[in-house]
Amino acid sequence: MSAGRSRGALASVRTLALDRPGAALAAMLLGAVALAALFAPFIAPQNPFDLASFDVLDAELPPAWLEGGSRHFLLGADSQGRDLFSAILYGTRISLTVGVLAVAIQAAIGIPLGLIAGYVGGRVDRLIARAADVQLSLSTLMLAIIALALVRAGLGGETLGRFAVPLLVVVIGLAEWPYFARTARAATQVEAAKDHVRAGRALGASDATIVRRHILPNILSPLIVVATTQVAGAIMAEAALSFLGLGLPMTEPSLGTLIRSGYDLIFAGIWWVTVLPGLTLVGVLVAVNVLGDALRDALDPRLTAR
Amino acid sequence: MDLERRGRIRALATALAFLSKRAAEAILVMLAIAVIAFAVRQALGDPLREIMGEAVPEAPRAALRHELGLDAPWATQLARYLVHAVKGDLGQSYIYKRPTLEVVLAKFPASFELVLAASLIVLLVSVPAGIYCAVRPRSRGARLILGLSVLGISVPVFLTGIILITIFSVWLGWLPAFGRGETVRLGIWETGLLTLDGLKHLLLPGLTLSSIMLPLFIRLVRGAMLDQLGSDYVRTARAKGASRVRVWLHHALRNALLPLIAIGGLQIGNMLAFTLLTETVFQWPGMGFLFLEAVTRADVPLITTYLVAVGLLFVITNTLVDILSLWLDPRISLDGRR
Repeated sequence: MSAGRSRGALASVRTLALDRPGAALAAMLLGAVALAALFAPFIAPQNPFDLASFDVLDAELPPAWLEGGSRHFLLGADSQGRDLFSAILYGTRISLTVGVLAVAIQAAIGIPLGLIAGYVGGRVDRLIARAADVQLSLSTLMLAIIALALVRAGLGGETLGRFAVPLLVVVIGLAEWPYFARTARAATQVEAAKDHVRAGRALGASDATIVRRHILPNILSPLIVVATTQVAGAIMAEAALSFLGLGLPMTEPSLGTLIRSGYDLIFAGIWWVTVLPGLTLVGVLVAVNVLGDALRDALDPRLTAR
Repeated sequence: MDLERRGRIRALATALAFLSKRAAEAILVMLAIAVIAFAVRQALGDPLREIMGEAVPEAPRAALRHELGLDAPWATQLARYLVHAVKGDLGQSYIYKRPTLEVVLAKFPASFELVLAASLIVLLVSVPAGIYCAVRPRSRGARLILGLSVLGISVPVFLTGIILITIFSVWLGWLPAFGRGETVRLGIWETGLLTLDGLKHLLLPGLTLSSIMLPLFIRLVRGAMLDQLGSDYVRTARAKGASRVRVWLHHALRNALLPLIAIGGLQIGNMLAFTLLTETVFQWPGMGFLFLEAVTRADVPLITTYLVAVGLLFVITNTLVDILSLWLDPRISLDGRR
């Protein structure tokens, strides 16, 4: 059974790659970026968090392919003399970490709530659905901006900077559980009406066992689609908050912080400090979104029927 | 005849009940926001600093604290805050030395005009593009639009702004990169829509803000139209001989508006956040820009007033969306089960 399933999964991956070269490309790009981010300490020529290692003479060096560029600074340097290539590698690492951890929190809250709502039904279901509605009508980004702004106003920018990663993860993670809850709920309702679940119940399995062994494994694919889009959203939210100065500090820059730090320089014609981290961010987001769209289409029975 | 009239009266009564329920909800939400604002003030703010500045010894401080009732129990203070808030007094700004509500409201026209410009662009582009993608789903144009919309959704709004500034302000020098330009005062409303300079300044921020909403709305219009085009009544209309375009615009689009408004209404909060980001990039002197200034300088009364003002905007627009969908949908059941 399990061998058959994994062969099926392999086959569907192959079909996906053949049918949608864009999605396959996106997946490869993402894999490469994730690896580069993971092994950043080994790849990066410089530690971008070690302010002492910067040389002011290197400040605002253009990328290597432009006039005046140095081959030691492949993508140029920022206003402090920080090597941009290293900074982007580490920044991507932070952005991906925040994105994935925040979505893990969303899933950890949303999926159980959705399973309960879909399986139990009735008043519990209505209560959870209502809470999800209210939560969704409040914008995550706006809530995150307000929450972090209050932390900054209350405790100062330095404290905010020190706890930026856990704060960002929690703030972005807490607000978007309804997407997981809704998807899990709808899928659970469909699954719970099926014969194998009823058979399980007739055989005396407990509710917990039914949900864990018969429902959860069968509703994973729509949840994976949600997770993909949510990761893109979380990465974008992190970048936006850091750009506003409500996220990671300049001593430990994420992609959003790098974009912010280079923003003033574009008027002096120094575009690379902003544009290169920006392109990296957009590249990651496009790849995640393309992958999410492809997964959704591949798993949508309405579209395959056509 | 009599039955029909009675039915109409009953519908009116349920509509009124619905509206009063909404109004009660709105008031409750505002009350909650005011309590949060009060709590933030208690936790972060020092009202004495608003009045005396920081360099005053402890003895006169304590005297004034007692005189102002700041040593009263928090419930009394909350009640006083609420009473003052209803009268429009939300405190004094540390930075501007003026009533905070006045400061925030003076920035409202700038934000409003930015949102207005962006909404116009979104409306004028997303409706035709969405309809096109729905009626010609396999065409090259539709694929191009949807492909571009994935790209558009993947470019954060602040980056769009930076890219537009780099191209049109720094490289080409065609359009200004920050501020509102020349404005005209109409009573209390300071508008940038009446001067060429003001409109020029509005163009890039407006485009930037619309760029983040456009992909979503194109997809929404397309999805809603696809749903409608597949329904029986559209097939019936085609069968009775109505022209294609008439069916698209008269039948399908009209019914596609409802889900559009409902889902679009969920974006109000996001729109506030994106406006704040756009204002930051273009140093647009709106409410969001003011808020960030207040945050950097820890102007607590101004921060809390912004929270109350944004909460009020959010509640008002949401109520308007509800009323609009009520008004557009003749089938809506008004007893709470929608």
